[in-house]
Amino acid sequence: MERQTHIISALVEHKPGVLYSVSNMFRRRAFNIESITVGPAEQKDIARMTIVVNADERILEQVVKQLNKLIDVIKVSVLDPAASVIREMVLVKIHTPNSNVRSDVINYVNVFRGRVVDIAPDSLIVEITGDPDKINAFIDLVRNFGIKELARTGVTALSRGLKSVRI
Amino acid sequence: MVNMSGAEALVKALEKEGVKHIFGIPGGATLPIYDVLYDSDIRHILVRHEQAAAHAADGYARVSGRPGVCFATSGPGATNLVTGITNAYMDSVPIVAFTGQVPTSWIGKDAFQEADIVGITTPITKHNFQVQKASDIPRTVKIAFYIATSGRPGPVLVDLPKDIQIDHAEMEFDDEISLRGYKPTYEPHPIQVRRAAELLANAEKPMIIAGGGVIASNASEELIRLSEKILAPVATTLMGKGAIPEDHPLALGQLGMHGTLAANKLILEADVLLCVGMRFSDRTTGDPKKFCPDAKIIHVDIDSSEIDKNIKCYLPIVGDAKLTLHAINEALNVVLKEKRTEWMRKVKEFKAQWESSVKEGFTPPYLMKVLREILPKDAIVATEVGQNQMWAALYFKSYLPRTFVSSGGLGTMGFGFPAAIGAKVARPDRVVVDIAGDGSFMMNYPNLACAVSENVPVIIIVLNNSVLGMVAQWQRLFYGRRYSQVHLGGVPDFVKLAEAHGAQGLRAETVEEFRKAVKQAIESDVVTVIDVPISPEENVFPMIPAGKSYEDMIMEGS
Repeated sequence: MERQTHIISALVEHKPGVLYSVSNMFRRRAFNIESITVGPAEQKDIARMTIVVNADERILEQVVKQLNKLIDVIKVSVLDPAASVIREMVLVKIHTPNSNVRSDVINYVNVFRGRVVDIAPDSLIVEITGDPDKINAFIDLVRNFGIKELARTGVTALSRGLKSVRI
Repeated sequence: MVNMSGAEALVKALEKEGVKHIFGIPGGATLPIYDVLYDSDIRHILVRHEQAAAHAADGYARVSGRPGVCFATSGPGATNLVTGITNAYMDSVPIVAFTGQVPTSWIGKDAFQEADIVGITTPITKHNFQVQKASDIPRTVKIAFYIATSGRPGPVLVDLPKDIQIDHAEMEFDDEISLRGYKPTYEPHPIQVRRAAELLANAEKPMIIAGGGVIASNASEELIRLSEKILAPVATTLMGKGAIPEDHPLALGQLGMHGTLAANKLILEADVLLCVGMRFSDRTTGDPKKFCPDAKIIHVDIDSSEIDKNIKCYLPIVGDAKLTLHAINEALNVVLKEKRTEWMRKVKEFKAQWESSVKEGFTPPYLMKVLREILPKDAIVATEVGQNQMWAALYFKSYLPRTFVSSGGLGTMGFGFPAAIGAKVARPDRVVVDIAGDGSFMMNYPNLACAVSENVPVIIIVLNNSVLGMVAQWQRLFYGRRYSQVHLGGVPDFVKLAEAHGAQGLRAETVEEFRKAVKQAIESDVVTVIDVPISPEENVFPMIPAGKSYEDMIMEGS
């Protein structure tokens, strides 16, 4: 069976230890996490985890079932990429030794609808938001200038319109 | 609302859960609890190592169907529970473990006897808690017992920092709880049930495999009714042993790596397999790619994550074993088209062939038969792990559910004796026997002191071959008889060891002596160790080598 990237949205109890029990389950069952993001959801005692996994259908089914089995996991859904808003943010500190490079970078940032959020004498910090492919494309583009530091948030996502992952 | 200390609230909450027995050892971080226990009617059984507390709670739960409870102090007390908790987790046994913890202000500071037991037990518990304030204790205990005993049962651990045991608070004891992230499915889907009934009715050679779920949900009656109705022979996993009386004409005994000839041969022919409350462990399936490729598999389990985990099934049913078997029985109101005479002839033939394979003599298989003749029908047999366990599973016939207690998933040497102590505490009216090997028994024998001082008269039969028998068997069969680190040297003298602990020690070197010793042990009703010296060359057969399939079964040594 073919492996592909899937985005899982899970509502969990917002309390200490839940992230540990989720990540522990992935480790124990030898499932791979590509990225995981966690933050408060619409209700204050619930957090939303967005987990990206690379798996075939059978493993994906197991991941969802094993997540559901955890007592502190309230609801689990696999998002349909075509019917979801998928976003990731990256901060990149790019080496800009002279004004030519700096203006090249700023041009690229504009094309990617990003923002320059910090300027130092020989570097810029750029913020780009978008789906992971867009972020990968930007990183590839500026790699030749010299990336001094890079931080990606991992994917977060919501289903569009009427389809919701709610309790 | 009542004002009391955390320790008082804990004991009261346990009493409200109907807890009558606790297995444990006190320590610095549980002193406040043990001070309250001093005045409680709950009986505390003082084991000699915390591993035994968890195994005893496990054995207690298996034979009684009620949750077993164990206590340990922080740090080493808690970590000593780990093997026992893992054992209960692998075999889905409801135990609730309580551990002391350093005071909350010291957590994370590497305090004396601090261990992160919640972190350590996360992958080996169904759920765990560290209670943060005294007033949370009653609700946490209630939830812990609910989680341990509902759905697919399993161990739950509750970690109690010492300061919250001492703190006083207004305590509220609720009777109702609801967890938004935990709603077990009990009722099977009616359409799936109907499809299962049709498959079974139209099968030519149907077979049932009963696992531990049949025992856990008390579904024996429904199982037997179904097998008789559709004329399907029943094989059991190690955990399902006793689900059908093993003298029943349709009972085939254990299936798998060390399955009976009848079970392991007939499964190759079955066209529809109804697999109930079992999880297709590697010991049952062998090579999963070659497991019954032509049979239609109906998989019934209460845990949806078991469906398609190891073996892809034809028809999944998520639900409780008892309710599902009952529903299939109800849906099967058709008269069978054929009498399955050819299939029944084969069942009879393979069963007879298997039964006649045990020859009279001072060998473990024959001793198991002799033991069965002597023990009362409802006697409870626990086993250690290794050859002793497989001889018991293959040749000692269980007649009732919850009378066979064995470490299935984890394969824990040292489990049987403390589990037998737990079983005897739960069922003092029954004869309780631990079928042991010398290697396994030596892992936990200090609990002889516990059994004697707490007056828990269990019988330990040590099949003593002075080797780690199963490892030796694999070295004999697959490693060219290069016996590496398996010889135990024939010490200690188990008769003297028993006597040193105040127990009765007997030795049996012939079948007659064995018979006499077991009878004497039952009649004297004291803790008894029976040393049974056997040949170190004995093998357990049949055997399917690891990773092979049912076609590759070995019947005897070359």
